[in-house]
Amino acid sequence: MTVRRPFPLSHGTTTLGFIFQGGVIAAADTRASAGGLVACPAVNKITPIHSHLVVTSSGSGADCMLWERILGREIRLYQLRHRRCLSIRGTAKLLSFMLHPFKGTDVCVALTLCGWDKSGPKLIYVCSDGARLQGDIFSVGSGSPYAYGVLDGRLRWNLSKEEAVSLAREAVFRATHRDAYSGNNVDLFHITAQGWSQRKREELKEEYYRDMERRAKTVEKGKRETVLDALG
Amino acid sequence: MEYLVGIQGPDFVLVAADNVAASSIIQMKHDYDKMFKLSEKILLLCVGEAGDTAQFAEYIQKNVQLYKMRNGYELSPSAAANFTRKNLADYLRSRTPYHVNLLLAGYDDTDGPGLYYMDHLSSLSKAPFAAHGYGAFLTLSILDQHYRPDLTREEAVDLLKKCIEELRKRFILNLPSFTVRLIDKEGIHDLEKICTGAK
Repeated sequence: MTVRRPFPLSHGTTTLGFIFQGGVIAAADTRASAGGLVACPAVNKITPIHSHLVVTSSGSGADCMLWERILGREIRLYQLRHRRCLSIRGTAKLLSFMLHPFKGTDVCVALTLCGWDKSGPKLIYVCSDGARLQGDIFSVGSGSPYAYGVLDGRLRWNLSKEEAVSLAREAVFRATHRDAYSGNNVDLFHITAQGWSQRKREELKEEYYRDMERRAKTVEKGKRETVLDALG
Repeated sequence: MEYLVGIQGPDFVLVAADNVAASSIIQMKHDYDKMFKLSEKILLLCVGEAGDTAQFAEYIQKNVQLYKMRNGYELSPSAAANFTRKNLADYLRSRTPYHVNLLLAGYDDTDGPGLYYMDHLSSLSKAPFAAHGYGAFLTLSILDQHYRPDLTREEAVDLLKKCIEELRKRFILNLPSFTVRLIDKEGIHDLEKICTGAK
């Protein structure tokens, strides 16, 4: 007996990326689901392509792995042939045009290119439907509505790096809490003009217990204050 | 979910499009531009299936530019519209049809302003005013009621604002802002974005 989804949602994952004053943050969960089975609890959904570009993937795991390799190969070939690095927008267009012949087939990839090139930080969403969107904040996957809920409220341009990282982690955490197809750990990448750097993978179980403790403390504080008020 | 509208005046064409790029129930972008500049005096407004819109519109855009490079002069709006329709029709019965709805707006130095309505079945019609999307059901009657062939630019913008106000009031989806552009003998002008106030 299964619960019917109110609207069709594929891409069992939560990935997100946003631009702020300190560069680009890319975050993703690490659960690979096959229907109701957790096929692998520790997958890499964020893959570096070159020193200044990482790609977050969602959709079919196999398709994403293949297309990331193809993209990496084509970028390197371009660099060797033309003696310059392709811009992030050019990379996105190349990927979109390579995916176009497979539109209408079962190929399912939804990638967010997070990078830094000559014109600054860039965030571009490319998917196998053909969509190619440049923006400041994207979240992709079945957990994305929950992530947007957290990000839209607190994302500001002048966050510090620690605040941005903590916001990304919380957004993924809240999404994994509600979405059955996301979970396990959170990967975080930070891209600046100097290149990408990866944070240590964090178990969301720890985040959950920290959140429970925080709530318990707030309830305690609330109870003490009510008692104090009652005493006058 | 998306909305396009065009109004032709005696010496200009006014066009507007919403700014939402959506994926299922999520607004992925609030500032997406659905107008593609084909030449100095021709705009192509394109809505429809996710990847098809940009792919098809950019294909037409580059081919119009190529024509200019090869022949030394630009395609007229009427020729561009017919070229677009032919491409749409050729792909219609292939394995990969383009599911796009279009408005082509242009100013020809000899024939004056023109607005061309095309749909995904590759029908083409020159019209004094036109709209695409669910919003068209709500706004075509307003355009029918108030349109006159001798509208001034201010009156056309007011008519456009009436249409958008109706959408704000009655359309179930929230379309927060609209890009507005005007084409006349001087070229393409960006007008002020119309926002429906809900932020």
